[in-house]
Amino acid sequence: MKLHEYQSRQLLADSGIAVPEARLAADPAAAAQAAAELGGPVVVKAQVLSGGRGKAGGVKLAAGAEAAAAAAAEILGLEIGGHRVARVMVAEAVDIGAEYYLAALPDRETGRLMVMASAAGGIEIETVAARDPDAIRTVGCGVDSGLAPFQARRLAFQLGIPSALLGDFVRIATALVDCLVGNDASLVEINPLVISGDRLLAIDAKITIDDSGLFRHARLRTLRNPEEETATEAEAREAGISYVKLDGTIGCMVNGAGLAMALLDVIVSEGGEPANFLDVGGGADAGQVAKAMNLILADPEVEVVLVNIFGGITRCDDVARGIVQALAGLPRRVPLQIRLVGTNQAAGLRILRDAGLNAHRDMLSAVRAAVALAG
Amino acid sequence: MLVSADTGILVQGITGRQGAFHAGLMLEYGARVVAGVVPGRGGQAVHGVPVFNTVEEAAAGHAIDAGVVFVPPFAAADAVCEQVDAGIDLVVVITEGIPVLDSARMLAYARARGSRILGPNCPGLILPGQTKLGIIPGDIALPGRVGVVSRSGTLTYEVIQALTDRRIGQGLCLGIGGDPIKGLSFVDALAIYEADPDVDAMVLIGEIGGRDEELAAEYITQACRKPVVGFVAGRAAPPERRMGHAGAIVSGGTGAAEGKISALAAAGVAIASHPDHVGDLVAARL
Repeated sequence: MKLHEYQSRQLLADSGIAVPEARLAADPAAAAQAAAELGGPVVVKAQVLSGGRGKAGGVKLAAGAEAAAAAAAEILGLEIGGHRVARVMVAEAVDIGAEYYLAALPDRETGRLMVMASAAGGIEIETVAARDPDAIRTVGCGVDSGLAPFQARRLAFQLGIPSALLGDFVRIATALVDCLVGNDASLVEINPLVISGDRLLAIDAKITIDDSGLFRHARLRTLRNPEEETATEAEAREAGISYVKLDGTIGCMVNGAGLAMALLDVIVSEGGEPANFLDVGGGADAGQVAKAMNLILADPEVEVVLVNIFGGITRCDDVARGIVQALAGLPRRVPLQIRLVGTNQAAGLRILRDAGLNAHRDMLSAVRAAVALAG
Repeated sequence: MLVSADTGILVQGITGRQGAFHAGLMLEYGARVVAGVVPGRGGQAVHGVPVFNTVEEAAAGHAIDAGVVFVPPFAAADAVCEQVDAGIDLVVVITEGIPVLDSARMLAYARARGSRILGPNCPGLILPGQTKLGIIPGDIALPGRVGVVSRSGTLTYEVIQALTDRRIGQGLCLGIGGDPIKGLSFVDALAIYEADPDVDAMVLIGEIGGRDEELAAEYITQACRKPVVGFVAGRAAPPERRMGHAGAIVSGGTGAAEGKISALAAAGVAIASHPDHVGDLVAARL
């Protein structure tokens, strides 16, 4: 679950990391009022779940209330990275000296946590990694031990943080790890962390929460942003189905994420275009399969549906029953290609045959038939 | 050897829907399931297997070499630690949806005590004709000498089927799981196969996300003498979108299928264009 900047900075502030004063505004008048309350120059920033806001014209400096209203009017309604800007954050503009990058995340390679830091702040870390990987410093730590002060100090010296700010940096870096652990986050990023006068300030923040950890964070669950997913994706998530909308015409239903990805690959290599990724989930019953079928057909681009099931924990007879059940109440009719093998295969094929449906034995022939129909 | 026909197995969560069903299938396959654990259900039996309240109690009366965890996500990491604490050497974690930080915690706990974890979010393992721990269907496997290691459950089945269809038998098949943080890695699996006199060739089934396949490619270059066939899922996956598995995401240019395929190919791995093609490539190398 991705959080907006204004949500992320609040979690940082809750962890004791200093951030500039700011207010949220949904219209120019509210932006003007926010600027007036803050006093002095402000920065008006689009709140969208997408990078590259600055380049897209989503971040503007404003001298006072009137200019803030004008900036908000320009930014609100912009489309950035496929998302329309519905809110801006009005933040006090601060003097900016050196800029740093600082992030904490789980490390897939060590199975521990990692803190990444760079003296090239204000630039996307991927760009730094491509241009000058040695500029990125990392240090590992355990989930429960957290970052030790000596590790944070070492990073500070590597980054060239002035000694007067050493204590500040150590507090921020250790708090960053605490923020990750305390919120079950999969990424906590400050970019940039800046020297402003005699202190370090987190100017921009990005936090992603691990969906699997949300069950123990009632407050975080309320922060989910509907624009992160389409209505169909949200409906699928509620039903325990993994669904990702794509641009093609072949609707896909598969059990298992790896097999579902492989099916997309085979469709593309056979000249077709998948309309979606869909993993119906391990052990799906007839009701779940029927729900998945309806999700697929809610996409008006879908011209043919391709079902690819290799039953293990999922049973072919359950899948067949779900398909037949879904067909009875479908909003519209589209051709169907089915490949159904594995646990209880014979029973599943019998149910399909009784409903006048045939099944392929292998994936490739099912894909070719679907691609021909979508042609 | 990781497991054999003699491996004594404990199933944690054996009275649950999945736990009971799959413990039954494991027993049918001939696996030596000797004990189950569910707090509060001590004294009961499932398929004739005695159930205990704690792993410690189960381990006191039975020789347990490996455990399987069919426990809901919120309690799974604790179950793993309980098995590790009882001295179980190999813990197979089927559960999907364990918080990533809990996985990191249980992994640290296991490492400190010398236990190995397979998974989480994995189908487990099968040693065809001898034993299975987890949910890989027994009827598709054929005993033989090709090791299969995969981040995906159903793709493992697909590849086992492709091999069996060609009468190519399999040795140890390992589902290492689709999570970003996990126990046994591709490199661990390849090392097991390379050292196993009963394995002649291996199949590696990767997918987008992380650098597991790139690390495997480095290892293959340095240490593998046996032929390796590979398949990487997710060439058609859009960037920055999670494709079902928690670990299957191309992010900031890292984790794309192309880079993995070219790294593996450069290490001499024969790359299959689709899962069934794996069977042909293996046949050509035996």
